[in-house]
Amino acid sequence: MKHVSEPTISAMGEAALLCESPRSSNDEDQFRVWEMSRIVEKWPYVRETVPGVNNLLVIFDPQAVTAREVHTALRRVWSEAAGRAPAGRLIEVPVIYGGDDGFDLPEIAAHAGMTQAEVVALHSGAEYVVYAIGAVPGFPYLAGLDPRLAKPRRNVPRVKVEGGAVMLAGVQAGILPVTSPSGWHVLGRTSLSLFDPFASPPVVLQPGDRVRFTVEELKA
Amino acid sequence: MIEVLASGPLVSIQDQGRSGLRRFGISSAGAMDSLALAVGNILVGNDPGAAGVEITASNFRALFCENIAFALSGADGSASLDGLDLPPDWVIGARAGQELSLRVPKKGMRVYMTVAGGIDVPEVLGSRSTDVKSGFGGMQGRSLVAGDRLQHFPRPDVISLPPLGFGVKPFALPNDLVEPDDRDVTLVRAIPAAQHDNFSSTAQSSFWSTDWSLRPDSNRMGLRLAGPELMPLEHTELLSHGILPGVVQVPPSGQPIIQVSDANTCGGYPKMAVVIGADLWRLGQVRLGGKIRFVKATQESAVVALADQKAYLARVAKASRLARRL
Repeated sequence: MKHVSEPTISAMGEAALLCESPRSSNDEDQFRVWEMSRIVEKWPYVRETVPGVNNLLVIFDPQAVTAREVHTALRRVWSEAAGRAPAGRLIEVPVIYGGDDGFDLPEIAAHAGMTQAEVVALHSGAEYVVYAIGAVPGFPYLAGLDPRLAKPRRNVPRVKVEGGAVMLAGVQAGILPVTSPSGWHVLGRTSLSLFDPFASPPVVLQPGDRVRFTVEELKA
Repeated sequence: MIEVLASGPLVSIQDQGRSGLRRFGISSAGAMDSLALAVGNILVGNDPGAAGVEITASNFRALFCENIAFALSGADGSASLDGLDLPPDWVIGARAGQELSLRVPKKGMRVYMTVAGGIDVPEVLGSRSTDVKSGFGGMQGRSLVAGDRLQHFPRPDVISLPPLGFGVKPFALPNDLVEPDDRDVTLVRAIPAAQHDNFSSTAQSSFWSTDWSLRPDSNRMGLRLAGPELMPLEHTELLSHGILPGVVQVPPSGQPIIQVSDANTCGGYPKMAVVIGADLWRLGQVRLGGKIRFVKATQESAVVALADQKAYLARVAKASRLARRL
């Protein structure tokens, strides 16, 4: 039997449990999270499941079940659930890199010890997987960022970053669908809309989709 | 129809929020003082989840263009209906041509106005709440302004009310959660969270014993607290995970932030504690500069608190049904 490491399960208030992979971010545990989400959201006392990056938040009715029961059930499902690689769509995201649209590109390049053109080549040369959607409407947490580009979040978030921003923080890449405060670094901008509350579905990207950035323009 | 004559920057249409959409990054939004909205709705004979108006620390004036029952709940906004002073947690029938005026509350932060039938604006993503952060829902995704006209759903039955209306007693907090008025400290129960023990015992003890001040940059996304810096024993980067209203994060600044109605649905900062569901409404009534102190709770006591609140709303519903037949 394949050894599956134990998840970390913690309470988040009286009505939610967070189930996290014990390892650093990886595909196998992300697939497991997706599969768990599909199973757990059907349980009668579960109100909602929120897949994150290698973790799953389970929100339940605390007047119908105890946290202990949910905890035990989640531990079992983690060891049984083994997801498959995604059969997601490939979405191309055109980006204007640098200049006023990617005002952090110079700093990202300096931090990586590269030219801005090299950063753009690495960023747009990768294929990313949407691990989860969250934070603000339609925001994708993308796995697959070249580790040479990794840069820790800003210590002090910006109060306002315009929607359309193509960003990175830590080892994660993302695209900001709506104007919002953010502590991420901005490499460029896309005109592709990722969220429309009046559309069906309202959010364009889903976990399992693959994303490729294309260079519409490089202003450096 | 009700015409808004004067409004403020933080006046919006809210119901009990959106649910089931956190996996798309869509926050719940909804009334910050959900208990007050429920009470106000029950008083006018609505479903507790009907849309009303959340009036935050603001003067507010409205003209009733028809005979309609309305209620005021939450903070005491020194309400006056054509010169008749109204207490909070009160329902009364307005006559066409009467004007309601509210002032900035001296205690508490948010007043709720509900009307019989509930406010009629289009549902967006299953709710009439205004998502102020992302700019959709409610009145075109924005705060109300003078000139806005509020429609309501028709009431199938005629509400008969006593001539000067009636009211209910506010929810009675347990004695150990009430501080003397002049101290302006709100005690909220919270359950220690996943990273609580990653902080030193000094930091933990500071967290639970400090009267934290609400900073002026607090809003419907987060209540930003000022007080001693809380430093973790070591810096860890958490992977982004779902979070909820009530979660108290401690970012690198060492100053806690309580996530509330419009908070982001995912985050990666350390979590110290989570305010219990039954006390979330209290966060909606803390004024800027007011103080919050956390009281340690357990899952069991949190569930009892939910049942207490449910029982209170049942009593309000019973009193309301009775009074509307007098």
